[in-house]
Amino acid sequence: MKRETTRRKIVRTFLKNRAALVGLVGAVMIIAISLMATVLSPHDPIAQSMGNRLKSPSRTHLFGTDDYGRDLLSRILYGSRLSLMVGVLSVGLGMAAGIFMGVVAGFKGGVLDNIIMRSVDIFMSFPTLLLGLIVLAVLGQGMFKLVIAIAIAIAPRFARLSRGSVISIKQNDYVDAARTIGMSNARIMFGHILPNIIGDLLVMGTLWTATAIRVEASLSFIGLGMPPPDPTWGGIVKQGIEFLDSAPWISLYGGLAIMITVLCFNMVGDGLRDIIDPKLRS
Amino acid sequence: MFTYAIRRILIAIPTLLAMLTLVFLLVRVIPSDPAISVLGSYATEETIKALRHEMGLDRPIYVQYFEFIWNFTHGDLGRSLVNKLPIVQLLSGVLPYTLELAISAILIGSILGIPLGVLLALKRNSFWDYSGRIFSLVGLSVPAFVTGIVLIILFSIKINLLPVSGGGDLDDFGSRLHHLILPAFSLGIIMMAYITRIARSSMLEVLGADYVRTATAKGLKNRKVIAKHALKNALIPVVSVIGTYSALIIGSSVITEIVFNRPGIGNLIVGAVQQRDYNVLQSSMTIYASFVILVNLLTDLSYGFLNPRIQYD
Repeated sequence: MKRETTRRKIVRTFLKNRAALVGLVGAVMIIAISLMATVLSPHDPIAQSMGNRLKSPSRTHLFGTDDYGRDLLSRILYGSRLSLMVGVLSVGLGMAAGIFMGVVAGFKGGVLDNIIMRSVDIFMSFPTLLLGLIVLAVLGQGMFKLVIAIAIAIAPRFARLSRGSVISIKQNDYVDAARTIGMSNARIMFGHILPNIIGDLLVMGTLWTATAIRVEASLSFIGLGMPPPDPTWGGIVKQGIEFLDSAPWISLYGGLAIMITVLCFNMVGDGLRDIIDPKLRS
Repeated sequence: MFTYAIRRILIAIPTLLAMLTLVFLLVRVIPSDPAISVLGSYATEETIKALRHEMGLDRPIYVQYFEFIWNFTHGDLGRSLVNKLPIVQLLSGVLPYTLELAISAILIGSILGIPLGVLLALKRNSFWDYSGRIFSLVGLSVPAFVTGIVLIILFSIKINLLPVSGGGDLDDFGSRLHHLILPAFSLGIIMMAYITRIARSSMLEVLGADYVRTATAKGLKNRKVIAKHALKNALIPVVSVIGTYSALIIGSSVITEIVFNRPGIGNLIVGAVQQRDYNVLQSSMTIYASFVILVNLLTDLSYGFLNPRIQYD
């Protein structure tokens, strides 16, 4: 009964936050659009038509065309699938790895905690983008390599947060009780402690999804993302740079797609964080 | 304070060593053979073997590691695998451009972001507050290359006021400044968004504190309460955040250098990744990592200076 009330309170607080609500609606719409990209795209995103090079936005090509005569709207719609997939998968993977390290470090303490957390500190000293870049240099190009590179850059953040949470709750009576009845460490860590800290971690996951999408776009912009001809938002922006004076729409629409998506996820994450940390509520 | 500073500097040394180790290991697991990258896939077995020997790649990994650390501490970063130039020479040619970009972006972000954040807190829930908060949320969401492109379209293509690309002549201050304005603002706007947000929330928290209420209750003028009591305390978390976000800005400068086709370590790193020049890659990454350690060190020192209540033990 109490659980239901708390849940309802959380939903009510979230719905009262207009910015978070707008972000949620936007994020849901973007996810829906990406899922229906094949249906919604008016043209083939990789079909070249040299007679249609650098056409400005018109009825036939709502966002114009690129230097290979490809329809930009279709490329952006298809690009959303990759951006969202990389964003969600890399955060999921980074979260899982980070939480595992953090929970074990916080619960076990001692030398293991020191080794894990000092390694985490070193990884965290590198800016996310640079760490992603060097890992991608090691792994090479491809979607799953992109996911792994971003996940490695993100995991230390979750390790630090989950370790802190575990340390603050591992002295609770229910943990002592579980120990007393002979429950295994793994069951206590992942069956009892983890469910109590997962809320904060999921909120952080939403915020990091926004960052992951931005990092993916940046890596694609550098040329280390998906190899051509598959469309990526970062790749579209990079491609348009050469034509900023004659066809500025290429980079602008690509950039706008990244910005709106990241903004929506940030707004949702902010709204969720406000619920969990009332001190930050403005 | 002096002991704290010395201790903090000493802690930075093992951190730097650990980072050097990480960079060394990451670069060593790159799947392709650097000797083949240099000679091309048609090279004979003998020439590849000879080059691997010349590059020291046939020696045990721990020997390569200790040599790397030893050389680094003696300022010898080796030579580029691609153009054979000493890496110190390559880095010193581009380092001033990266430094001026990162420092000016941090300064722009701090100088504009702190007063804006404080102002938004003082005008809480007004039109200006809402507009400022939307600006900072957009700033947090926009990648550095998008702000760069928008600025290029506005100031280089539309009104032809500032150059689109390049870093300017290294010996000509005016030319460098001219080339720096757009990239610095494109990064600075992002830094400003972060700092505005933190300065606003920090100022709001301080304005609600008991000692500020007491100062107002005893009849002090509002301006004096803000300037003498609230501002300094509100700035403490802002300083630590400037350090954290400076590392982020240093990372984003890689992208800005590409957008504006500026010389810099970022461009050097990307070139090294594409050409598999792992000597340049490891040295450039090491320099970046050292920057981050230095920024964190300076942040910690200034944090201790701003807040004397911090226990240095």
